[in-house]
Amino acid sequence: MLLSMEKINKIFPGNVVATNNVSLEVRQGEIHCLLGENGAGKTVLMNILYGMYQPDSGQIYYKGQPISIHSPKDSIENRIGMVHQHFMLVETLTVAENIILGQWKPWKNLKEMEKVHERIKNLGEEYGLFVNPNALIRELSVGEQQRVEILKALYRGTDLLILDEPTSVLTPQETVQLLNLLRGLADKGLTIIFITHKFEEVFQVSDRVTVLRDGQLVGTTDTAQTTFGELAKWMVGREVFMDLDRSKSNSKEVVLSVRGLQATDERGLLAVKDVSFDVHANEIVGIAGVSGNGQTELALGLAGLIEIKYDRLELCGQELKKITAKNLDRIGFGHIPEDRQGMGLILPFSVAENFILGEYNSEPYSHYGFLQNRQIINHAQLLVNKFSVRVSNVKEEITNLSGGNQQKVVVARELNRNPNFLLVNQPTRGIDIGATEFVYQQILKQRDAGSAVLLISTDLEEVFKLSDRVLVMFEGQIIGEVPPDREQIFKVGLMMAGKQVEEELA
Amino acid sequence: MQPQLSSGSSGKASHSKINKTSLSRDLRFVWERSKKFLTPLVAIALALGIGAVLMYLNGYSPLRAYSTLWWGAFGNLRNISEVLVKATPLMFTGLAMAVAFRASIWNMGAEGQFFVGAIATTWVGIHLGYLPPWILIPLEMAAGIMAGALAGMLAGYLKVRFNANEVVTTIMINYLIIIGTNYLVTGPMKEVTQDSFPQSALISANAFLPRIVPTTRLNIGFLIAIVLSIIMYLLIFKTSFGYALRATGINPEAARFARMDTKKIALLVMALSGGLAGLGGSIEIAGLAHRLFSNVSPGYGWDGIAVSLLVNNNPLGVMFSGILFGALRSGSEIMQINAGIPSVLNSAIQGIVILSVIAFGAYRFISNKKEGKE
Repeated sequence: MLLSMEKINKIFPGNVVATNNVSLEVRQGEIHCLLGENGAGKTVLMNILYGMYQPDSGQIYYKGQPISIHSPKDSIENRIGMVHQHFMLVETLTVAENIILGQWKPWKNLKEMEKVHERIKNLGEEYGLFVNPNALIRELSVGEQQRVEILKALYRGTDLLILDEPTSVLTPQETVQLLNLLRGLADKGLTIIFITHKFEEVFQVSDRVTVLRDGQLVGTTDTAQTTFGELAKWMVGREVFMDLDRSKSNSKEVVLSVRGLQATDERGLLAVKDVSFDVHANEIVGIAGVSGNGQTELALGLAGLIEIKYDRLELCGQELKKITAKNLDRIGFGHIPEDRQGMGLILPFSVAENFILGEYNSEPYSHYGFLQNRQIINHAQLLVNKFSVRVSNVKEEITNLSGGNQQKVVVARELNRNPNFLLVNQPTRGIDIGATEFVYQQILKQRDAGSAVLLISTDLEEVFKLSDRVLVMFEGQIIGEVPPDREQIFKVGLMMAGKQVEEELA
Repeated sequence: MQPQLSSGSSGKASHSKINKTSLSRDLRFVWERSKKFLTPLVAIALALGIGAVLMYLNGYSPLRAYSTLWWGAFGNLRNISEVLVKATPLMFTGLAMAVAFRASIWNMGAEGQFFVGAIATTWVGIHLGYLPPWILIPLEMAAGIMAGALAGMLAGYLKVRFNANEVVTTIMINYLIIIGTNYLVTGPMKEVTQDSFPQSALISANAFLPRIVPTTRLNIGFLIAIVLSIIMYLLIFKTSFGYALRATGINPEAARFARMDTKKIALLVMALSGGLAGLGGSIEIAGLAHRLFSNVSPGYGWDGIAVSLLVNNNPLGVMFSGILFGALRSGSEIMQINAGIPSVLNSAIQGIVILSVIAFGAYRFISNKKEGKE
């Protein structure tokens, strides 16, 4: 047994129990998945192991010795490495500079930069982690940056590597590469703890799996001896949906019609090049693609948040010269934005205040310019119940809610207006399976009620599950349309990576 | 012993341990709840403490200094009223800062806006002095508000139209206004009968603000400041405009998402902030100075930043921190006279208060990050 964490307790201010008597045992040389919904305590447990948090009680044994870890420095000395969900890299420095950053005697390393480069190359060859040590971080793709993070840990000397949701930022192809890489590292004797909430990954990569739920240990098992269904039950405490019930869409009424849309990104470069499509009432059109191929700009443009150009745009039968807030309000527009914390919510505001974000200035929430507290609270209470948002008091700050519940607030707010046109961008990024299921059902319900839905997502599973038609976006263009047929998924994955396989798909 | 605060325990083996952790948890909870009020108090205590060390190191007795300072501020009715007199302009500039900071607009121009308010009021008080008080007083205040609001909106316009950073523009406008004031009191607005002092003529007695206590200098300007603190609190926290203002300040992206006109809000906030500072200048002239001179504000605009930051930009808090800084200002003057300790200490304490408030903010930010949930 390489690592054994015994009865770890961690309670955050406000009596939030993050981990409750959780024990974890990890064997030498295995890939051990830590599976659970968001808020289950996976990351907290690993942050305790890495020294970011101190447990309130409990003991950690490592290589047979009881150890106490007060800071990441201690864990690094114990040869424990961690790759965080958000990378800890300096974008303006090179790969090699990042790797030696924070190590003792930087001047020595700087003087011997050639040796550093050589070691990085050797490590790369040994483990199949090829990265140019001279490349600047900001020039690298997300997948490459992740490899730098892993290299950083290996360079320092690591026996136990923790990866926190490493695939959440990767394309399907990059994910396959990463999982192969990890397999290879484990075969060379490295022990890996892999945090995830995706079942497929557990079966693809792990030897054993431990499931956490609501801060408690549900169980640990050999991956080979369990099933998708059993893990799902462990994780959410009940059976999970596999496929969604849905009727066929047969509407001919065009709600949104776009011809020749162009948009530029923050740097002024053309991000959306000449895109045309229609969305009908009672239909979900999915836009699949690797992030950064113009989807963000397309969504912001349709929401009137950035300037766009187009040949022709019709919404609900009206030709619009310009997309303005007034136009959208009149037509009935709902928007579940890509970045809920950055755009969809105001974090220091209460749950109730967030529910009126788009309507703060209209009756009954505002009367002669004064906020009507009772109406706002009642409205929030109503939506909290209707959309089963887990919150003890709607006056609580929304920061205190889990990601899934925050997203439920956004979804509830946008759908409650019963929009004719619903724009949905990355609706389930970073939220747990229970909340995901809920969000899917709500979007489908809105479609069945007659809304036209444009769904933008980098999660192919999601696009295929929800959409009536799938458009694939690559480098600012729509490069193909596919029916949501599961057999097409891998081909679409290739299309998303820019492979021209349209003829095969046609 | 079962601690009263503890929410109970489970399990027997680790009984004492759990109680201990839950006690510290409860204490932490109490701290979470009360730190809103504790932070400014601790900041002040810290500042006074460091001030004491500074005095001691310079050979003064801190005890004597602080006791004179206390007596100077609150020793008798006259001193207390003098504190409130000093607090009045600070409350206006503090409110000006609170409104702007809540919207994340860094109006550094309260000093200049205070001065234009003073200029406008002096002009009205001199040239329309024949009007009866019940017309003249509202009129001169309106002039002060307008002047300050326009100065604020100029920076606001530059911000929304040309994306010019308001910190830079407001500071530049300050220079223009202060140099302009010097020009006015040595040139066009200079008192005719006098040739030695660079100051304007007295405003008409009709323009004087009524005094609350006839034997002191305390005038109704103080009451106006109190009322405005309450109004600004209601505006920021209880109206839909205030909702939009706070939303824009916290997360402009989300504000735009919610179809708020963030440019219009920025302009309005600059006007409001400038108007409040301008009214402060107006009341300083009409209530106290009764004429314009070049240092009619000894830096009230800048002190307003500390007044507002100390209470987390809450207009109700500005009442208290305004009085606190008024007491420091007034008390330290008397301390200088009676104990011979330079009143520069006042600026030092203000500086330390700001630094410790910022330090607390940073600490909270970091500890929130550290204790952040998954």
